[in-house]
Amino acid sequence: MNLILVTFIILLAFTSYYFGRKKALVIQSSQRLTALPKFYGYYLAAWCAAPALIIFALWSVFEPSIVKTFILQDYTDQNLTKNELQLIYTKVKALAAGTYTGNITNFLDESANKYIQLKGIANSAKVAIILAILILSLSFAYRSVQKNDRMREPVEIFLKWVLFVASLGAVLVTIGIVFSLLFEAIRFFQAVKIFDFIFGTHWYPAKTFVRDGQPDPELMKDAFGAVPLFAGTFFIAFIAMCVAIPIGLLSGIYLSEYAGRGVRKYAKPIIEILAGIPTVVYGFFAALTVGPFVKEIGNAMGLEVSAESALAAGAVMGVMIIPFISSLSDDVITAVPQNLRDGSYAMGATKSETVKKVIFPAALPGIVGSILLAVSRAVGETMIVVMASGLAANLTMNPLESTSTITAQIVVILIGDQQFGDPKTQSAFALGISLFIVTLFLNVIALSVVKKYREKYE
Amino acid sequence: MSKIKAENVNVYYGSKQALFDVSIDIAEKEVTALIGPSGCGKSTFLRCLNRMNDVIEICRVEGSIKMDNLELNSRKLDVVRLRENVGMVFQKPNPFPKTIYENVAYGPTIHGIAQSKEEMDQIVETSLKKAALWNEVKDRLDEIGTGLSGGQQQRLCIARAISVSPEVILMDEPCSALDPIATAQIEELIDDLKKEVTIVIVTHSMSQAARVSQKTGFFHLGKLIEFGPTDKIFKNPDNQQTQDYITGRFG
Repeated sequence: MNLILVTFIILLAFTSYYFGRKKALVIQSSQRLTALPKFYGYYLAAWCAAPALIIFALWSVFEPSIVKTFILQDYTDQNLTKNELQLIYTKVKALAAGTYTGNITNFLDESANKYIQLKGIANSAKVAIILAILILSLSFAYRSVQKNDRMREPVEIFLKWVLFVASLGAVLVTIGIVFSLLFEAIRFFQAVKIFDFIFGTHWYPAKTFVRDGQPDPELMKDAFGAVPLFAGTFFIAFIAMCVAIPIGLLSGIYLSEYAGRGVRKYAKPIIEILAGIPTVVYGFFAALTVGPFVKEIGNAMGLEVSAESALAAGAVMGVMIIPFISSLSDDVITAVPQNLRDGSYAMGATKSETVKKVIFPAALPGIVGSILLAVSRAVGETMIVVMASGLAANLTMNPLESTSTITAQIVVILIGDQQFGDPKTQSAFALGISLFIVTLFLNVIALSVVKKYREKYE
Repeated sequence: MSKIKAENVNVYYGSKQALFDVSIDIAEKEVTALIGPSGCGKSTFLRCLNRMNDVIEICRVEGSIKMDNLELNSRKLDVVRLRENVGMVFQKPNPFPKTIYENVAYGPTIHGIAQSKEEMDQIVETSLKKAALWNEVKDRLDEIGTGLSGGQQQRLCIARAISVSPEVILMDEPCSALDPIATAQIEELIDDLKKEVTIVIVTHSMSQAARVSQKTGFFHLGKLIEFGPTDKIFKNPDNQQTQDYITGRFG
């Protein structure tokens, strides 16, 4: 029903576009148009579609809750709690749909009938109202077209609002996500002290699990210390950057300054393919190839190496990040004006002197920006760590041992069955928001550095 | 006395020929101006004199260019030495995004000219004085060179070019991005510099060529149409095309 209605509105809008344009051509024969003919079409189409679709959307949002209020009115005198009322309403709906399998009481049956009836009324009312609005708005718009009113401004204003609503939607979704993270995190911090979370050195949420009952507050104190996770996150990101920065930067310099056009044409896309490999593929590459390899070499040298080591995860993560740094630094180096190079060459500087003394310093802010973006990518990376560095949150600085990161622990917490309202589940939100704050911070710095760089040359 | 002697220079960009059999004698400690309409090859020729065309991948230079009997258009030539001897100033001022001091000290540093900090300070000061910039910047040598005004930046670039005491300075339309006052300052500077160095200047402004140069060469469509004393080129040229260009009938 809804689908038919929406399709009808959209088809009508298209038709009115062509109708409006045609009407404009008719008007043109007797008087000067106020805008191009297509604006007459847009005007009619916008008036046709926008009010009807807005009403349709509002109706769809409010109809269920209004119907629910009507149904539950019959139950107000029974002193039921909110949850019980919700249960009754769910039963009524199921009964109406014919999928209810429990005991059917008379009362419930009556409600279900009422529900079906209400739904029917609502549906017909919706169709009637929308048709009425279509007729009203279209006739209003048609009158202005006939009077040859100014067409361009209303259409431009309409477009401005469409764009505004789209960006508003994006902003609201972002705010919504941040707030849902925040609220859950706050609930977590009601159970666990924020001090214990930030400074605790022991992460073992599984031990707070207690069958039927509240976990012991003393246990809680020692189970949610995030220090090992932060340490592991930054440690693995550090290993990754040790791999990615030299290789990425040097290859970026090679591509932008030394490579001939032929080499560049093929080498750059090939490096960028690295960025297109799914992280899960890197993950099992790290777990099945690099991890055992590191272990073997370490054992050969007489070192104790865990099969899941921070080194393997970090190194593979570094490989994944290479294209970020090489591609971005290639771009910023290429953006250094040619006349600076000419100036340096004309002084008799060699290529490497020019790169070292003029181009690199000039491109440095952009390069720093690209490195910070790469770090925030490394901090947020999940799959490689889950697969290659293990899930035990050891507080260690030994790259040959396994360690865990914030993202990997969020995965551990949220796979399988969880209880909502359990501190263990809520801790994922606390971890999520701390990760969010860290990457946000890095991104803000990176962007402001890059911006400063742009101002310098413009 | 001839400083640079070019014979039958042909330059190609890929398959397109940009210069046709250019032969020219550039005299020592004089200002030689190269004029002509846009795209006539005068900048291309200028860039042959310090091998800046090497930077352009598709560019190929044929013919002989001799400076003090040293063949410039040879694979064996040490380009770094050549560019130490032949400085260049570009159309758009291009100071490095470094301090004023570092800009001037750039050449002496890479060629290992100064032995001590004092010597470097001396070179920077002399170069800036010769470029008539010292009084304006002596109190802010550690400020960024790109923060100066356009005219000051161009004089900084000239100071940078003369810091390694070159024998020749090439100028590629050095005043085209500057206002008349800054232009007058640069022209005055050129007049001073020619006591010590040979200057080759490419310019779009015919009055500038007439003001600063002793010899003028007129390029058109990649060919050197006429070359001679500036007075003669401007007052009594041999060639009809030169006459037309000078009087503003084309170009």
